[in-house]
Amino acid sequence: MKHILFVILALLLARPGAADGMRLAVTTSFDNSGLSDVLLPVIREETGIDVQLLVVGTGQALRLGEAGDVDAVLVHSRAAEEAFVAAGHGTHRREIMYNDFVLIGPADDPANIADAQNAAEALRRIASVQAAFVSRGDDSGTHKAELNIWIDAGLDTGTFGTWYRPVGAGMGAALNTASAMQAYVVSDRASWLNFGNVDGLAMLFSGDPALFNQYAYLPVNPVKNTAIKHEAATALEAWLTSPRAADLINGYTINGETLFVFNASPD
Amino acid sequence: MRRFLLVFFVKKLNLYLSGSKGKCGTFMFELIEGLKAAFRLVITFDPELWEISLRSLRVTLTALLIASLIAMPLGTYLAVQRFRYRRFVIAIINALMGLPPVVVGLIVYILLSRSGPFGVFNLLFTPTAMIIAQVVIITPLIASIAHQAMRELWAEYHDLLISLNTTKAQRIRTLIWDGRRNLLTAALAGFGRAIGEVGAIMIVGGNIDNVTRVLTTAIALETGKGDFALALGLGFVLIGIAVVVNLAIHALSRTEREGRW
Repeated sequence: MKHILFVILALLLARPGAADGMRLAVTTSFDNSGLSDVLLPVIREETGIDVQLLVVGTGQALRLGEAGDVDAVLVHSRAAEEAFVAAGHGTHRREIMYNDFVLIGPADDPANIADAQNAAEALRRIASVQAAFVSRGDDSGTHKAELNIWIDAGLDTGTFGTWYRPVGAGMGAALNTASAMQAYVVSDRASWLNFGNVDGLAMLFSGDPALFNQYAYLPVNPVKNTAIKHEAATALEAWLTSPRAADLINGYTINGETLFVFNASPD
Repeated sequence: MRRFLLVFFVKKLNLYLSGSKGKCGTFMFELIEGLKAAFRLVITFDPELWEISLRSLRVTLTALLIASLIAMPLGTYLAVQRFRYRRFVIAIINALMGLPPVVVGLIVYILLSRSGPFGVFNLLFTPTAMIIAQVVIITPLIASIAHQAMRELWAEYHDLLISLNTTKAQRIRTLIWDGRRNLLTAALAGFGRAIGEVGAIMIVGGNIDNVTRVLTTAIALETGKGDFALALGLGFVLIGIAVVVNLAIHALSRTEREGRW
């Protein structure tokens, strides 16, 4: 009987084969949308690169790049990305694709944002009736985009009452919270369409150019440490900007709706 | 036959619940969907579930083994030996039991980061990093429980072991061997805390598919996607594994049997 225990232990303790792949920090929306499940197997097949995804918010993704713990980042917050490159953490910034942010809220729309003229107007209406609003509050790309719209609307989030609720969580968790509170929330379109726990929420407003959401790829500067796989990062960039990637990204749909639009320019 | 009955029961309950529209109904509905997802995952031998479960077990059992090797002698030593700062050390260990896993994760992350002091070992985002974090989390817990148990045993054995003129090492060995059932309880408490832990291993492991994804981080991921049924299903699998491991350890160590206590 004791021998069986030892055999089990020996099997369990066997050092797991250290998978040698390239590490890419991506935003939650890239993974939650399901696009990564489509792209990664093809990337492995065609380039031989085993891309290991670290799914975090844009803020944390850039932080991981800054520490040199990942080989590249794929995020969506232009100002933060440009600062990242300017500080020498990344070699350059390459735009890959875009989608858009949408305003989600309770289906009966108590703030009546569905027929607002633009996104800033929609948020002003939410603020005027003080309807519950869930903010990501985690320094992610989506959070920064939301804050920019509040600035466009001429409102200061610091002065808001308890109806404005920063949850400090990822997109999925924020949507879950909004669903439970029947609150308004800003989401990227892909995460919303792929979200399972809809429960009374609906997409109420979209289409304003202010809600444009650009994703960019930034290889981490290889001078940080010798472990950074810059060659793989460069090869991945070449693949992500290739016609093959364009087909897959443009062709990815959920319920017949296109989620991302490829817009990388050839070098 | 039993399996058939369970399916039948779940179907019946579903039929009954689909009629009720209240909040309580949806709550029960989620639970049933979770049970069904767990059932489906297990009977179809879902290869991904197997991989994730085995990785969970491997990480946690390795961490448990290492933590036990540190904590059990330490706990026993603290019971047997009197020294100046003993009380202080015990207080620290007891306090560390409440260490938030996220803090442990963050500290281990900073240490293992390529820009940190141990960056050259390239351990971040590997199962080894997760093992290190779990060892830090459960060692104080096991040491504290071991110390409590050994203190009582030492009160019983004190006169005997002193009169036999034993060395310190002999005393510690005797206590560990005779108190092995209590130490087993300490180890199982450590196992429970480690297998269900998510905050620290999410940070140092990164929840990378096929590399560092374990049951708890997979549950967090599915919850984020709003797929509560799958998340709950994985949760039930986790509970099942914990029960099986506990039963297996009891069976192998022949405790909880009639006439043995």
